[in-house]
Amino acid sequence: MQAPDKLPLLSVRDLTIALPAGGDRAHAVKDVSYDLHAGEILCIVGESGSGKSMSANAIMGLLPPYLKPRGGQILFQGKDLLAQGEQTLLSMRGKEMAMVFQEPLSALNPVMTVGDQIAEVMRVHDACPGEARTRRVLELLAFVGLPDPATLIHSYPFRLSGGQRQRVVIAMALALEPALLIADEPTTALDVTTQAQILALIKRIQAEKGMGVMFVTHDFGVVAEIADRVAVMEKGVLVEVGTVQQVLNHPQHPYTRRLIGAVPHGRAKARDQQAAEIVLDVRGLRKTYASGGGLFSKKRVVNAVDGVSFSVRRGQTLGIVGESGSGKSTIGKCLLKLTEIDGGELLFDGQDIARLSERQFRPLRSDVQMIFQDPFASLNPRHTVGRIITDGPVANGVPLARAQARGRELLQLVGLEASAFDRYPNQFSGGQRQRIGIARALALEPKLLVADESVSALDVSVQAQVLQLLSDLQKRLDIGLIFITHDLRVAAQICHHVIVMHKGKVVESGPPGQIFDAPLHDYTQRLIAAIPGKEWDPTLIRAAA
Amino acid sequence: MKAFAQRYCRNYGAVIGLVVLLLVVAVALLAPVLYEESPWLMVGDPLVRPFAEAAFPFGTDMLGRDITAGMLYGARVSLLVGVISTGVALVFGILIGSVAGYCGGRIDDALMRFTEFFQTIPQLAMAVVIVAIFNPTIYSIVAAISVVSWPPVARLVRGEFLTLKQREFVQAAVVIGQKPLRIILTQILPNAMSPIIVSASFMVATAILTESALSFLGLGDRNMMSWGFMIGAARTMIREAWWMSVWPGVAILLTVLSINLIGEGLNDAMNPQLRRRGE
Repeated sequence: MQAPDKLPLLSVRDLTIALPAGGDRAHAVKDVSYDLHAGEILCIVGESGSGKSMSANAIMGLLPPYLKPRGGQILFQGKDLLAQGEQTLLSMRGKEMAMVFQEPLSALNPVMTVGDQIAEVMRVHDACPGEARTRRVLELLAFVGLPDPATLIHSYPFRLSGGQRQRVVIAMALALEPALLIADEPTTALDVTTQAQILALIKRIQAEKGMGVMFVTHDFGVVAEIADRVAVMEKGVLVEVGTVQQVLNHPQHPYTRRLIGAVPHGRAKARDQQAAEIVLDVRGLRKTYASGGGLFSKKRVVNAVDGVSFSVRRGQTLGIVGESGSGKSTIGKCLLKLTEIDGGELLFDGQDIARLSERQFRPLRSDVQMIFQDPFASLNPRHTVGRIITDGPVANGVPLARAQARGRELLQLVGLEASAFDRYPNQFSGGQRQRIGIARALALEPKLLVADESVSALDVSVQAQVLQLLSDLQKRLDIGLIFITHDLRVAAQICHHVIVMHKGKVVESGPPGQIFDAPLHDYTQRLIAAIPGKEWDPTLIRAAA
Repeated sequence: MKAFAQRYCRNYGAVIGLVVLLLVVAVALLAPVLYEESPWLMVGDPLVRPFAEAAFPFGTDMLGRDITAGMLYGARVSLLVGVISTGVALVFGILIGSVAGYCGGRIDDALMRFTEFFQTIPQLAMAVVIVAIFNPTIYSIVAAISVVSWPPVARLVRGEFLTLKQREFVQAAVVIGQKPLRIILTQILPNAMSPIIVSASFMVATAILTESALSFLGLGDRNMMSWGFMIGAARTMIREAWWMSVWPGVAILLTVLSINLIGEGLNDAMNPQLRRRGE
């Protein structure tokens, strides 16, 4: 605990925010209390809908008009923010407290140069007038580790990468040296190597400026990496607060335990590598995207997939791991022939499906199925769950009555009630929808299942359940599974074999244990090194529990 | 459905529009009951002022024809032309647009150039030419209005198809082996319906205006009394008998306005996330 004689920088006392009537609960947050001292990083962790961003928004006065704080206090340097008028808050925002948002692209104005946007913060608060302002902008850009500030100051946001944009947003937040920095999932939209850099940056800034940082996240790895203290939220209630040591390694509340138990740990299990028959053998797969090929402009050609070879055996899982733009999802699309293929062979049960036309391939489609990424976009909102599941078998000539009977069985197999059959997708949560997607794929009794980031959009506890379901089903039905993901921890946990993709090429291939613990290629090494919270082993408390 | 009605009713203009339109529809349906005789028949003195004689509340024209009867029968023509030509244009536009949007590539290019060919000619000018080439009958008028009004539908549907085709549930339908026609009809089209319905309501209004314009220019069906024809016939008498052109004008205004209000209400009700404009 902090020294009691020092007043906390920020003290949230019994904060309660009501939700509009008719919601699934009465309060967005209820009786939430925590302290944040200068010079510490407090992580607020929770799953989606836990209200973890809510108190951050309340501090900044950014709650939507239909959400009103019903009680409690937010004491910032001894002043109750909830009692202040909009004018006072306006002058404090940016100056005393600043915020970094999740999506760096939408947080920046696309038609304003980076330099102008940072200067704007100072202009609003009449800070650093004249020449000094430009100097300060250059100083800030250099401080957040951006290369060549003199050129960058005149660039527009679209020229920057995601990580660079987030650095600009952080520079804006730091412009007036606020005492409190609130970061709401600032690294969620970034690749893991970029995330590591941004986390290091926030840590460095916090140490140098002695700010209090409030870091909202859903990722326990990030917490382990950055936090001094942790607050865990569940359904709007603060269930546990403590130092990072206490909460991560000796969690008291059952919810925290459950949550940490579900965190993918990346510890590879020894798996039997029996030589089952090969379902799919991919040889030299190539796919190029050409863009901008107009009458007068030159074509820009991107090698999305460049000579990739791998094979999948029955009953085993192949993991395809890579960052965004590595071509991993394009492979998935190629396997299902959702896109044209520019070269290579796809030998499915010995038959090259790359050469088949759409019409010739259609009868074989039932053997290769896909579980999609976004559980909200992958189900037709106008069809009942029953129809979604039975459409496939019906299209392949199964009589409707039999398809429906099988559909009800499948719903039970994936852990849903049979009554789900007649309901619409919007009545289900993300995890339940993903189960429906799995049932749809299984209805065709495939030999090969491609899962493209199928658990990435889910909360960790739901993610763990869906992964468990997938591995159970795989064992029972003896399917070959291709698991495409950006999350090395998940891949290591469930795959028999992993390939690492970088810029369209396979840079490393091997069993997960070897890739995780003794990576050979320097890109893989960088990728592994960037995983947040590597030192922390969530399996320890699992063993203790 | 109940939630839909609730959202629709939140827009007062749309409710008023619906009431007015239902009134116009009722009047059009009841026309032969209320006035058994043809509106072309001379029934009274010429140029009776409105509200002067109980038998002719809206007055009579220069030949002694009852303007009230003309208005009622005119409503039939306006609504009939509006609804049928919109229906034909929708069928054609959806067909072209969905094929172009779903197939993409060369087929898309060819169909869109064909569509643009129609869009480059001013709508009314083309409608006038078509009606003038064929004889001005109710059929040629409907055909002309359909021909000039399908291109925007085709473009709209194509756009919707282009975005929906990329959605995961459509890809899922491809993956489970559904045939293209089935995917278009059961997966994509139902999800593209709301913008189509909204634009259809605006098309009905435009079609009524086009029909009135054609009739005003003397290209209406000779056997059918219509609002546009009445205004056209009244234009030489505008100083002596203002009521001859004002009443049908008001009728057109109210009908078109109410249909536009309905279209707006439908738009609000079908896209609830856009509902709170300016709030």
